[in-house]
Amino acid sequence: MSLNVVNPSDPAASYRTKLSTGKHWSLMVRKGVALKLTDITGGSNVAMLFFNPNQLMEKYNAPDTLKCQHTFKLTKGHCLYSDMGRIFCSIVDDTFGWHDTVCGNSHADKVSQQYGSRDYQTERNNWKQNGYDSFLVEMAKYDLGRKDMAANTNFFSEVSADAQGNLSLSRQAHAGDNLTLRFEMDTLVMLHTCPHPLNDSSEYPKGIVEVELTKAEPLQEDDFCLNACDENRRGFENNALYHFGIS
Amino acid sequence: MIKESALAPENAVFTETVDAGDYFIKRIKKGQTFRILDLEGNQAADTLFYNADDPSERYSATDTIREQGNLYLTTGSILKTNENNDLLKIVADTCGRHDTVGGACATESNTVRYDLDKRGMHACRDSWMLAIQEHEEYGLTKADITHNINFFMNVPVTPEGGLTFADGISGPGKYVELEALMDVVVLMSNCPQLNNPCNGYNPTPVEFLVWDK
Repeated sequence: MSLNVVNPSDPAASYRTKLSTGKHWSLMVRKGVALKLTDITGGSNVAMLFFNPNQLMEKYNAPDTLKCQHTFKLTKGHCLYSDMGRIFCSIVDDTFGWHDTVCGNSHADKVSQQYGSRDYQTERNNWKQNGYDSFLVEMAKYDLGRKDMAANTNFFSEVSADAQGNLSLSRQAHAGDNLTLRFEMDTLVMLHTCPHPLNDSSEYPKGIVEVELTKAEPLQEDDFCLNACDENRRGFENNALYHFGIS
Repeated sequence: MIKESALAPENAVFTETVDAGDYFIKRIKKGQTFRILDLEGNQAADTLFYNADDPSERYSATDTIREQGNLYLTTGSILKTNENNDLLKIVADTCGRHDTVGGACATESNTVRYDLDKRGMHACRDSWMLAIQEHEEYGLTKADITHNINFFMNVPVTPEGGLTFADGISGPGKYVELEALMDVVVLMSNCPQLNNPCNGYNPTPVEFLVWDK
């Protein structure tokens, strides 16, 4: 199946696209849509930020997401929370197991030192784009700026800490690893596929990520994410209050 | 790393006690050093910092921990901005470890963590909201209220990727001291949280002291 241009809300419709490393995109994802990310090549990184399109001041809050679920990593069963106590999306499937949300983005000067400068004139769309500028570009499209940027997710990048708190990019995805986000409210998603800021490879990575959009199965009482912890049940209660009265 | 300060409180140019549940906001000049003193122990001081000349440049937890390659803040830590510039340096610390992953309490996250009916309990973010309403001169808005430092809080990460609120490493008289590497605005909430052990279930005052260079 593919997009249905006559009836975009056709439940059987879907959309699939690919992004190579160093690209950015933003899209509106409606409540009830599943967004599946697949690392086609392995070694990719997908950074995301989430905003409420109806009030852009409401956005993904990594500290609340982590402390509400007593976790440092993100994986299946976790919900991604806004600063208003609501759930943007739930991780309903994950073959990788540990996604970072504390390391932020690469900056232009570091990317330049590590891989060489960003140079569209020479390299065209294989230029060495950095994560911070990628988000700034997408955010400007919605009249948002650097003050609106929050700690982002870095899907397919495992960052672990030793007992002293020393951080390392300890694992990256293999080809075929995938993750599915089910959206629990209308969400403005901003994403980029720039390298993780702790990636120490000497060559700018060349990976491919697939993004697939489908209609998710409706939430059921025995849902894994809903019941993963008492906190998530209360998060879904906040969403129910937000959607109260909507048929 | 534990390091005591050589600065004497009697030489401070500014001293103020901040009660639990109150906020504190002040401009600090480049080169000045300030101390946050945990008067009675086990008290979280939730703190944000801004470039005083342009608050859209501000303390960034992600840039700070990534650049130092370590999750915890202590003596020697350079606090970075969202533009990855040097903002402040921790020059003394008798506590040994401070959190910057757990964020601040908010009435909204309290509904998730504890109970929807606890939404009326006071929280750090509400103190900050009052601060920005009462101090328009700093040019801060809700977008500037973001990912903070929890001084005196201990939030260890487990090898399996869990997050624990261990606490218990601060005590009466412990302090952290920072030198401003640019003109900064400090916005602190002395945490009113009663639902977890971050304040030992008994929020208490902290003291804020400033020394000239």
